[in-house]
Amino acid sequence: MLDHPKDFSFETFSGNRGLDQEEPPIFEIGRTDTSGVDIEEPAHLEPRLGALERKGPIGLPGLSEPEAMRHYVRLSRKNYSIDAGLYPLGSCTMKHNPRLNEKIARLAGFADLHPLQPQSTAQGALALMEELSRWLLTLTGMSAIALSPKAGAHGELCGLMAIESALAARGEAQTRKVVLIPQSAHGTNPASAALLGFQPRVIEAGADGVVSEEAVAKALGPDVAAIMLTNPNTCGLFERNIVAIARRVHEAGGYFYCDGANFNAIAGVARPGDMGVDAMHLNLHKTFSTPHGGGGPGSGPVVFSERLAPFAPVPFLLREGETLRLVEHGDGAQSFGRLTAFHGQFGTFVRALAYILSHGADGLAQASRDAVLSANYLRVALRDVMTQPFGDRLCMHEVLFDDSFLEGTGVSTLDFAKAMIDEGYHPMTIYFPLVVHGAMLIEPTESESKRSLDLFVATMRDLIASAKRGETRRFTEAPRHAPRRRLDETAAARKPVLRWSAS
Amino acid sequence: MRYLPLTDVDRTQMREAIGVADFAALYADVPSELLLEAPLDLPRAKSEIEVERLLSAMAKRNLSAASAPFFIGAGAYRHHIPASVDHLIQRSEFLTSYTPYQPEISQGTLQYLFEFQTQVAMLTGMEIANASMYDGSTACAEAALMAHRITKRRKAILSGGLHPHYADVLRTISHFAGDEIVALAPDVRAREDIASAIDDSVSCVILQTPDVFGNLRDLAPIAEACHRHGALLVAVFTEAVSLGLLKSPGEMGADITVGEGQSLGNPLSFGGPYLGLFATRQSHLRQTPGRLIGETVDADGRRGYVVTLSAREQHIRRDKATSNICTNSNLCALAFSIHLSLLGEAGLRRLARANHASAVDLVDRLASVAGVETLNESFFNEFTLRVPGDAARLVEAMAEQGVLAGVPVSRLLPDAGLDDLLIVASTEVDTVEDREAFVAAMRGAL
Amino acid sequence: MSGERYTKDHDFVRVEDDVAIVGITDFAQSQLGDIVFVELPSPGRRVAKGEQLATIESVKAASEIYAPISGEVVAINDRLESSPDLVNKEPLGEGWLLTLRVDDASELEDLMDEDAYRAFLESEG
Repeated sequence: MLDHPKDFSFETFSGNRGLDQEEPPIFEIGRTDTSGVDIEEPAHLEPRLGALERKGPIGLPGLSEPEAMRHYVRLSRKNYSIDAGLYPLGSCTMKHNPRLNEKIARLAGFADLHPLQPQSTAQGALALMEELSRWLLTLTGMSAIALSPKAGAHGELCGLMAIESALAARGEAQTRKVVLIPQSAHGTNPASAALLGFQPRVIEAGADGVVSEEAVAKALGPDVAAIMLTNPNTCGLFERNIVAIARRVHEAGGYFYCDGANFNAIAGVARPGDMGVDAMHLNLHKTFSTPHGGGGPGSGPVVFSERLAPFAPVPFLLREGETLRLVEHGDGAQSFGRLTAFHGQFGTFVRALAYILSHGADGLAQASRDAVLSANYLRVALRDVMTQPFGDRLCMHEVLFDDSFLEGTGVSTLDFAKAMIDEGYHPMTIYFPLVVHGAMLIEPTESESKRSLDLFVATMRDLIASAKRGETRRFTEAPRHAPRRRLDETAAARKPVLRWSAS
Repeated sequence: MRYLPLTDVDRTQMREAIGVADFAALYADVPSELLLEAPLDLPRAKSEIEVERLLSAMAKRNLSAASAPFFIGAGAYRHHIPASVDHLIQRSEFLTSYTPYQPEISQGTLQYLFEFQTQVAMLTGMEIANASMYDGSTACAEAALMAHRITKRRKAILSGGLHPHYADVLRTISHFAGDEIVALAPDVRAREDIASAIDDSVSCVILQTPDVFGNLRDLAPIAEACHRHGALLVAVFTEAVSLGLLKSPGEMGADITVGEGQSLGNPLSFGGPYLGLFATRQSHLRQTPGRLIGETVDADGRRGYVVTLSAREQHIRRDKATSNICTNSNLCALAFSIHLSLLGEAGLRRLARANHASAVDLVDRLASVAGVETLNESFFNEFTLRVPGDAARLVEAMAEQGVLAGVPVSRLLPDAGLDDLLIVASTEVDTVEDREAFVAAMRGAL
Repeated sequence: MSGERYTKDHDFVRVEDDVAIVGITDFAQSQLGDIVFVELPSPGRRVAKGEQLATIESVKAASEIYAPISGEVVAINDRLESSPDLVNKEPLGEGWLLTLRVDDASELEDLMDEDAYRAFLESEG
């Protein structure tokens, strides 16, 4: 067993530990009269500000360029990243982020383009949006697309708004107020439905982890507007009854919204359009690798079936011969309106298209297959020491274990995750989906080599053996080798300190 | 395929380990009629060179701001971005990390967001700020929803100076959420009477300054009128740099301040990704949407940061969450924060003055152009011109002369009968020569 | 009637004079973990049995409290605003949530007494 970490972690004078350097907030190192940007003071200026000129100080600290560089580089080294190691966060899809995408997004013709400049001067940008649309529509087998949603949850709003508009056109917007959502769904699904005044109605998955046709049939009625189903679902399983479910929903007068967060398992392999889907968002930052950037920006274009296409939001693209036109106003048509200023996350469109063109249709299918292959490889390599909640069966791009293998060890799922940090891994997703006790959802993605997967397996097996041997302190005191040990989240929430102040 | 590390030998070995003969067997859970038999009718994989060639050709078909005298604003602004900003945000540890759910190995992200929250609170004169939202327009819609939760009323009054896209986003959300919107008529000269529209049924007034036509608005009397009726004032800005020179919304009595943060650190990028700034009073903390970072200590008593108060958020509250939002605009917030740290207070004030000076100079030069009238009594770096004839046609004609002149109001408000109005922005990147070219091109086109 | 009565949601009610003190049980607080925030209704609000009454937040969960009986909210425990941890420390004492003026005392009969609650806890395992 290791000694208590206090024996070695506080021994330096500076608080630094070699390459792990401490860095105070900018407010403790900057000064309001320092600046790292040289700007010429205007020669003479007669302000036209009315009486609204700021008088008092703001308090913003400034850093010279070297100080800024050091501050942010030091901070960066306190982060884990996909570039530095396996990041098996199930449901989040941490795959390799090609730098070509960054390079292309920074071309002046894309980065230095104003959303409201004359469309005649931005035909290349509109062509890029058209090309991305073509790919996304072909890959999904759908009819129409809204590029503007800013992230997955925004896409959910977009899809549900189109559904409500279609219901309104049928005169049923007031009577159909229920949205069926499985217990395993992402939290955004019920949150999006509730925001628009729908009542979420929970449907239970079967013992095999997927939703049955019967469960849906039982929950359907004249009050149901739609079903929201994630496929592959958050347990890493393909909803194999999906076609029958879609048929039932349609027969009952409802629409099928598919949460496309896990499209990366089937891109190029199967098409949601063939499954009866009416609307689905695509997380460009997951499936098409526009980077996560520490939690955003996301990008959540929505594809629509023919039935919902007329209700898609503005703006949308129209081709008029050689010219592309972005339609920015509803013009009295059936479009449900505008979701955001301007045209969506154009910078992520560039990155996603660069990623897509690099892979091609063949490469995208191969990436999906490799992701599924790698998840199953981990599953069989760990199934004798971990426990699968839905029995020993194939999974899709992510494999779900539960914590029953830790029973009696005194090690919780959280402890186990923290011990992985000491081993140099970002933990998998834990405690999600909620339907499985002590869930551990592992998504290796297609970006890992076999060597990397084998090392991960060996590490996991060692950790599990250690837990079973009763070496609990390796877990309960973890992490010891991270920039910080466990943080007091209770204190943070009881007395929130959300901004720096001089104390 | 250069991004896929598995070799065919690996794949075979792995399939054997799993016990599946081929990829079809791996997808056994997918009904066979759903599996594509033939590849889709789409191009095959391409090398870096090929992709670069293809996409560069698309980029070249656009007239970029860098290649022409440029005066377009109306919600997105061209500013100089220090080289170090773009370098730093491309650090692997910033670019390729996820939401900081494991705080022990995410202190970099958590600390810069804590710094960001503090900077936004200082800049807006508010007590607290969140870790950013999608963009200004969606932050604005979230502010209205939050005001409704706080006041338990459902009617928002929109100033006629609010960016029309923001008003449209509010209309969409309100329509579906069943809330009421009272949108005042487009108010080119900032003469609307908001106060008399406020009564005890109003949840909030949404008022932008500088407004979309560039006018500066005094929020104080409207804040007072709101508070008399138990309503909240939501202050909106689309040009964050203006806060370096103008009274802050907090100082003028705003209850919630939202805005677009693109101006600092983030390129125009044809409309996104940008970042929404969201700040409010401490007393509204529990109703605040979006991610919040808080300071705490670790097991050894060392200062650290965590995502906090997440019980408000969708992954816990589900249908009872304060918002359905899951992502923030993290990397854009980092760019904003680095740029603002580099500027510091002194730099921001100088930058703001340089912007104002540039706009003042252009307005003065335009005074000599016959038939063109500047409508603003006050402005920051943007103003509205009345031009003879159709402003959209004038913009096209000036673009043909290589000058990107501004946003015709008809592009934002096609049915308002304001076809002769042009919104023009001038920032620190414009040179005297650019402004001369603007005036010359306008004379030529008229 | 004296002593606490319990609900299957692990809330308790203790009638003193004509008001009922409402809170959560020790078992409930241990399940929630460290409590960080308690959202309480305004005094004067009328609630029907089963209606949502309060929300208790721990770091990773938010739990709704439903009215165990019908009545009017008389007082709320103001100390929880600054010290939500009282619910963890003394759920049946200083960590009470609010008091209700009881509409119908017979509703109390439907709740479990201490023995029944203990048996219920055991049966829940």
